Amino acid sequence: MVDASNSLFGIHSTALELQQARLNLLATNIANADTPHYHAQDIDFSQTFDAISNKDSLTATHPLHITHADSGNGSMRHVYRIPQQPSLDGNTVDAEYEQAAFARAALHYRTSLSFVDARAKTLLTAITG
Amino acid sequence: MSEFPIFDIAGSALNAQSVRLNTVASNLANAGNVSGDPATVYRMREPVFATFAMDTADSSLEGVQVKSIEESQAQPVKRYEPNNPLADSEGYVYAPDIDPVAQMVNMISASRAYQANVEMINTAKELALATLNLGR
Repeated sequence: MVDASNSLFGIHSTALELQQARLNLLATNIANADTPHYHAQDIDFSQTFDAISNKDSLTATHPLHITHADSGNGSMRHVYRIPQQPSLDGNTVDAEYEQAAFARAALHYRTSLSFVDARAKTLLTAITG
Repeated sequence: MSEFPIFDIAGSALNAQSVRLNTVASNLANAGNVSGDPATVYRMREPVFATFAMDTADSSLEGVQVKSIEESQAQPVKRYEPNNPLADSEGYVYAPDIDPVAQMVNMISASRAYQANVEMINTAKELALATLNLGR
């Protein structure tokens, strides 16, 4: 399903899917900012992208890495976030950090979207003349 | 709906924070209710949050749910007011052990979390609309 060598849009369609998945995960973190014993997660973007680009089978090199082998997006690599402030109820979400990360991830999504959009428009111009 | 789980996640968080605000309002409204019987006096209420899986395919996407609303087990405050019509035979009334400052802090935290989730929904909606307008 995830093919980094998509000939039409190149790497950007893959990036778009991954960024959407990352946005969902950050949304989970923000929504659970008050839940006791909840551990914040994130997608290790660079490693996931390298793994997809190289089409290697994923190996977990660190005990904290989790590989989802069964889902369609089997190449997602989730890592746990290290909290900056201790919390009495075991929650590791830093709400401010997660919100900033969400804003940044939304910006990256927009950037990839504009690349895909420009490519689509170029193709349409080529077709319609 | 699995296409845009971000709306379900944020919606569940909005619901949970709203329940939290309601319990704070209930606590503040009943902070002054006294009773002559310690068994029937109002006790401070607090919601207990827990995660729940939104999508069975991807188990890392979890929303929030209010698992239960717990009543505080702290002892009610005993005051000597013999002229109070609700006082018991020895002249004592029992008041709930509610700290208004702590409740206000709880309310501020809940409203901040609520605003954060509303912003998240707005951002997700804009991104989805921009995606739908690809190529136009």
